[in-house]
Amino acid sequence: MKSYSKTTPYLFIGPALALLALFSLFPIVLALVISFTDIDLAGLADYSNISFIGIENYINIFKDPIFLKSIGNTVFYVVFGVPLVIACSLGIALLINFGTARIFKAFRLVFYMPSITNVVAVAVVWTYLYNPQFGLFNYLLGLVGIPAIPWLQDPTIAKGSLIALAVWRAIGVNMIIFLAALQGIPKTYYEAAQLDGANNWKQLTKITIPLLRYAIFFVSITTMIGWIQFFEEPFVMTNGGPLDSTTSVALFIYRNGFQLSNFGYAAAGSFVLFVTIIIITMIQFRLQKKDTDI
Amino acid sequence: MKSKVSDAKKAYKMQQWIAGIVLTLGGLLVAIPFIWMILSAFKPESEVLQLTPTLWPETFTTENFIYLFENMNFGVYLRNTIVVVLCSFVGLFFNAMAGYAFAKYKFKGREKLFYLVLATMMIPGQVTMIPVYLILNQMGLTNTMAGVVLPGLVGAFSIFLFRQFMSTIPDELLEAARLDGASEFRVFMQLVLPISKPIMAVQGILTFIAGWNSFLWPLIIANDESLYTLSVGLSLLKGQYGGNFALQMAGSTFMVVPIVIIFIIFQKHIIEGYTISGMK
Repeated sequence: MKSYSKTTPYLFIGPALALLALFSLFPIVLALVISFTDIDLAGLADYSNISFIGIENYINIFKDPIFLKSIGNTVFYVVFGVPLVIACSLGIALLINFGTARIFKAFRLVFYMPSITNVVAVAVVWTYLYNPQFGLFNYLLGLVGIPAIPWLQDPTIAKGSLIALAVWRAIGVNMIIFLAALQGIPKTYYEAAQLDGANNWKQLTKITIPLLRYAIFFVSITTMIGWIQFFEEPFVMTNGGPLDSTTSVALFIYRNGFQLSNFGYAAAGSFVLFVTIIIITMIQFRLQKKDTDI
Repeated sequence: MKSKVSDAKKAYKMQQWIAGIVLTLGGLLVAIPFIWMILSAFKPESEVLQLTPTLWPETFTTENFIYLFENMNFGVYLRNTIVVVLCSFVGLFFNAMAGYAFAKYKFKGREKLFYLVLATMMIPGQVTMIPVYLILNQMGLTNTMAGVVLPGLVGAFSIFLFRQFMSTIPDELLEAARLDGASEFRVFMQLVLPISKPIMAVQGILTFIAGWNSFLWPLIIANDESLYTLSVGLSLLKGQYGGNFALQMAGSTFMVVPIVIIFIIFQKHIIEGYTISGMK
């Protein structure tokens, strides 16, 4: 029986879909179009100032030393960030899952907390912790006789410092995903393995990790996409410095778009980012498929 | 044999203790930034700038918080943030409506439209950032509250979660309400929404947190300080009062502590909501 009129469903999806179309789908097309133009503030004021320049933006951007540097930095973030996030969140999830006492449930809260807090507030706090003179970290190091570390002033260490903050924030959500997956593994598997005399390490590497394959796959894809779009931490804490050593691709796009008003150029950069994300996701799905075929 | 069993038990207990200790140390490490933030917020500026930091505030003061509201516009920022949060609840309502239609109505193009909605999840924010700014500029909405709120109002993931939950509502229930003469909108308001309370709770909390934390759009759209949200105001504070850490910590505490309190009250909903609805 169908008692509602034909238009009713469309009225229900209307508002949400209209907003998604206007602010998610149409912008993709628009971004592609303006990436082939030289639109800037003058163009924004009067559209007749905009001219099509073909793929010039794309050619220039790959000659832009800051863009190339931001790609290098982003690769650095991905290469170190993704394994760190997976190792930390999986390790904590395993320990929490292993524990039988009630207190272990409380640990979930503690480790989850950083991921819901405001990124600006947290970046401000960490900047203070990292302060070379008055920061807590250097003070604690000083107590055990280690000389002060220039957390945000040295190009390489600054990248690591930003990664530490981002890992701290990323643990919570991924830990919850791993915990959910761990609770889905039947207890009988472990009982059987124990009867066969498998020790903890064997159980971990032969049962737990293989059965967590999908969760690890999911977390590694979402984490990697997150790192590729790394933005707020370098924006608030270092503003890309020192010497652009922490500028990520996302920060490069923001800066060119909204501080230098080179909208067309920034749009070209954002499309390079978009295509990269699509390619990497596809490669990972391919690898995952091959892995399960065997 | 017996001793072997008790040995194994002892080893197991030992391992439990080690796991507990490792997690306690890790938890402490994770909590340090919060603890340090709150303690520093109540110290006077001079105490924060001592070379040997104090753990507990020697002179306990709330002057940092008072300064935020009297000399900076934190009252205005707070009001704007609350406006953003309230508006995002309108967006939540739109998401629920769309999720309901995708779950319970049969209409032409349903599958295709739903895939379209899911596809928007994969679009990175950096790609839409510039065109959305141009669109809002064309609509004359830059530097307005509407411009701050509109881009993030609806979200594909939220629509997806609503659909997942609402497709478990039995059709007979809806039919019965219709036979009683209830209009479609009334069925939705008085039957579907009350049934969907669990998913509403999760989404409501997550929406609140996201609205409270909103940073990027207010930053891009608002040129006028009177439109800043707390996050944008705080990043401004960091720029203007770079050396005054006590003040910065007070601002951060003011942003973080409400969320932590809300989280602790509703944590069961959030964490379980994740496991129930998100990871299927």
